[in-house]
Amino acid sequence: MVGIVTYGSYIPIYRIKSAEIARMWGDKPEHPEKGLNILEKSVPAYDEDAATIAVEALRNALRRKNIPGEKIGAIFVGSESHPYAVKPTASLIAEVIGAYRAHAADLEFACKAGTAAMQNVYAMVKAGMIEYGVAIGTDTSQGQPGDALDFSASAGGTAFIIGKDEVIAEINDTVSYVTDTPDFWRREGQRYPSHGGRFTGEPAYFKHIISAAKILMEKVGTKPEDYDYAVFHQPNGKFPYRVGKRLGFTKEQIKQGLLTPYIGNTYSGATPTGLSAILDVAKPGDRILAVSFGSGAGSDAFDITVTDEIENFNRDAAPKVWDMINRKKYIDYATYLKFRRMIVEVD
Amino acid sequence: MVVPRFWRERRHRYSLIGTRCPVCGTVYFPPRNVCPKCGRKSLGKMEEFQLSGKGKIYSYTIVHQNVLGYKYQKPYIMAIIETPEGPKITAQIVDIEPEEVHIGMPVRAVFRRITEDGKAGIIQYGYKFVPDWEELEK
Amino acid sequence: MRDVAIIGAGETKYGEHWDKSLRDLAVEAGLKALEDAGIYAEDIQAIFGGNMSAGSFVGQDHVGALMADFAGLAETMIPAMRIESACASGAAALHAGYMAVASGLYDIVLVGGVEKMTDLPGDMVTDILAGAADREWEVFFGATFPALGAMMARRYMYEFGMTREQMALFPVIAHKHGALNPDAHFQREITVDTVLNSAMVADPLTIMNCSPVSDGAAAVVLAPAEIARKYTDSPIKISASTFANEYISLHSRESLVRSVSTIEAGKKAYKMAKKEPKDIDLVEIHDAFSIIAIIGLEDLGFAKKGEAHKLAEEGQLYYDGDLPYNPSGGLKAKGHPVGATGVGQVVEIVKQLRNEAGKRQVEDAKVGLAHNVGGTMTSSIIHILEVM
Repeated sequence: MVGIVTYGSYIPIYRIKSAEIARMWGDKPEHPEKGLNILEKSVPAYDEDAATIAVEALRNALRRKNIPGEKIGAIFVGSESHPYAVKPTASLIAEVIGAYRAHAADLEFACKAGTAAMQNVYAMVKAGMIEYGVAIGTDTSQGQPGDALDFSASAGGTAFIIGKDEVIAEINDTVSYVTDTPDFWRREGQRYPSHGGRFTGEPAYFKHIISAAKILMEKVGTKPEDYDYAVFHQPNGKFPYRVGKRLGFTKEQIKQGLLTPYIGNTYSGATPTGLSAILDVAKPGDRILAVSFGSGAGSDAFDITVTDEIENFNRDAAPKVWDMINRKKYIDYATYLKFRRMIVEVD
Repeated sequence: MVVPRFWRERRHRYSLIGTRCPVCGTVYFPPRNVCPKCGRKSLGKMEEFQLSGKGKIYSYTIVHQNVLGYKYQKPYIMAIIETPEGPKITAQIVDIEPEEVHIGMPVRAVFRRITEDGKAGIIQYGYKFVPDWEELEK
Repeated sequence: MRDVAIIGAGETKYGEHWDKSLRDLAVEAGLKALEDAGIYAEDIQAIFGGNMSAGSFVGQDHVGALMADFAGLAETMIPAMRIESACASGAAALHAGYMAVASGLYDIVLVGGVEKMTDLPGDMVTDILAGAADREWEVFFGATFPALGAMMARRYMYEFGMTREQMALFPVIAHKHGALNPDAHFQREITVDTVLNSAMVADPLTIMNCSPVSDGAAAVVLAPAEIARKYTDSPIKISASTFANEYISLHSRESLVRSVSTIEAGKKAYKMAKKEPKDIDLVEIHDAFSIIAIIGLEDLGFAKKGEAHKLAEEGQLYYDGDLPYNPSGGLKAKGHPVGATGVGQVVEIVKQLRNEAGKRQVEDAKVGLAHNVGGTMTSSIIHILEVM
């Protein structure tokens, strides 16, 4: 059995309300709240980045179950906001946990780099190459001020340790679907990403998620009603319900893992953190469908079953996702700019 | 650009690894090669010791005039934190407003960016402390 | 060991000397001291110069050689060395000069102190001064030097209930004295409200609880006591010169509200001079931050722990009070050119003991004590001076 041995998430404490961002740009507050179903989003503090979020998420995972660094054979960190253009985040993670013999690599695939990390680790464990591996999705994504992404681009991350022993959630199968669809991108040297507006919807988000989900369900022989929970990539608070409906999932299946209305889109952290929120409450035998989406474009789909081992697992040793969502401090737009380093710093 | 001076302290700063004197049992952070209590008897014998990251604020201040590299963090909270293992540690307190800090407040270590060598240089990571919400809510 | 006396003393005005360089200041103070001693540069056998950080402030190291050179002594080839102990560099140089004469190795020694601080912007000065603390484990994490002082103050206020208003009395006294000293950086009086309402540096320390960034230099000439009267009618004897250190970081110490180095150096100084606190007619206490002066007064035996502010409240600390405190204006009002400060404190005591202190003259002053500290009271150096 290959699956999740432990998991942990991290969401920064700071929030900015959509209404505050709307106030800044002369938009009606209803626009982000009703149009996007985003009420507020998480903001990394001045001293937080994708690497610090990754470390905090991984430490939360290790609080729940400590896996010694020397047993960790792989570290994949998925992010579109790695602190360095050249210098791995994964090596920092290895140093922090003392995993000096790990295969360490950074991944980037817009919002699906986190699930790409999970697939890589899953494959190495399944192949018998390693005993345990770390997969992290983490981001401090940035939208251009005033752009639609200003309402959604947020910060957070989740770490999974995948292995064969004492698995709390078995990964029954995983598939992907990919095409060359440039719905969102950032060229080298550009500070903010660009996107195709409504083109990000139907040909990108919906097509890839629906394709990956159908391929997976067909492969493993499941139907939507077989799942207790479903988590889809969540660039806003509306798309996941819409894509779920089209696939035949109910709001009830999606609700626990839909975080965007309260923390925005954590990009590479989004699907993993939604899954983390589900694992916070799941019971033995619960079946979970998780489908990510990364612009450019592709989706990774996972069929997961929670095992009896979760009863022996100390979920309370680290903060749960919804507890972190509810622990918050509001900031204004000026503080947001300071925290996001959008004030021109001269040294 | 300064690299090795920071690089050699990375493990201590990432994971609060100090030292313990095997002769008298005293724990030190930052690490020491010689125990001030046992002197030469401890030389070459000091053992690595990882702190739990828990602590309480022993004293603090709100810094308005910064040292280099901290301009955009002003005002920020500096504190001396006493740990249950013994050593006191100087570090920033974050995720809290200056007026909320008080002596005796339970805190715990987190991993943050400490400083960076300009826009092109190395980013230094290490410990800061945040309120220990679980302790505070007990 | 021989007794050692000061036969000459001189200093520059402290303040912002935009038109004067490091060497200008050092030479000016040195020549004043020589003139005061009635000797010439070629009479000097060795120079000990206190300086904290010319290498950082003005990019100049090898300060000893530079001073000797520009004092016109390059061709005499005498030994000249810079002594560094952060803000106590001046007193450390005097301690070294004292040892050199007491040991018999040299007879006539020039001890100087100099700092040129105002060439750099404020945040760079703050950063350099922070080098007096532990760069890797205090400063790296964002602690400024005033932040460390502020944490001492916060803890002190927590343990003893002292108020910011009570702490503010110390700079008020310093400025009262500074207003009487024509060589002081600040020569104006301030009120408690000025202190409380000025810009916050590191809570609870406002800028008025902190000494300023000053340029300046000070110098004294030492000679064996037995020949001192050959040079001057009013030699001043160095009855004690003591130096103690402790943990450089505040976090390594048992307590933030007492200075074990000041206690140790003080005990040794009283023993060496065969004096007690009650025998001291005036003190120059290191008041880089108000809290340091408060702890210093207590740890030198002038007040019970937690009660130094009572001396201020009772008016005892004015130059005409029972314990004349920092009649020069102290680091706060006279100024704090770090490497010069320890020597400058001694220059003030020499003036007082010779009855040459003008408007701030302490009546009937026979014995004075200078307390100069480096870092967060990490190094404490005490000199007790008396008329011979």
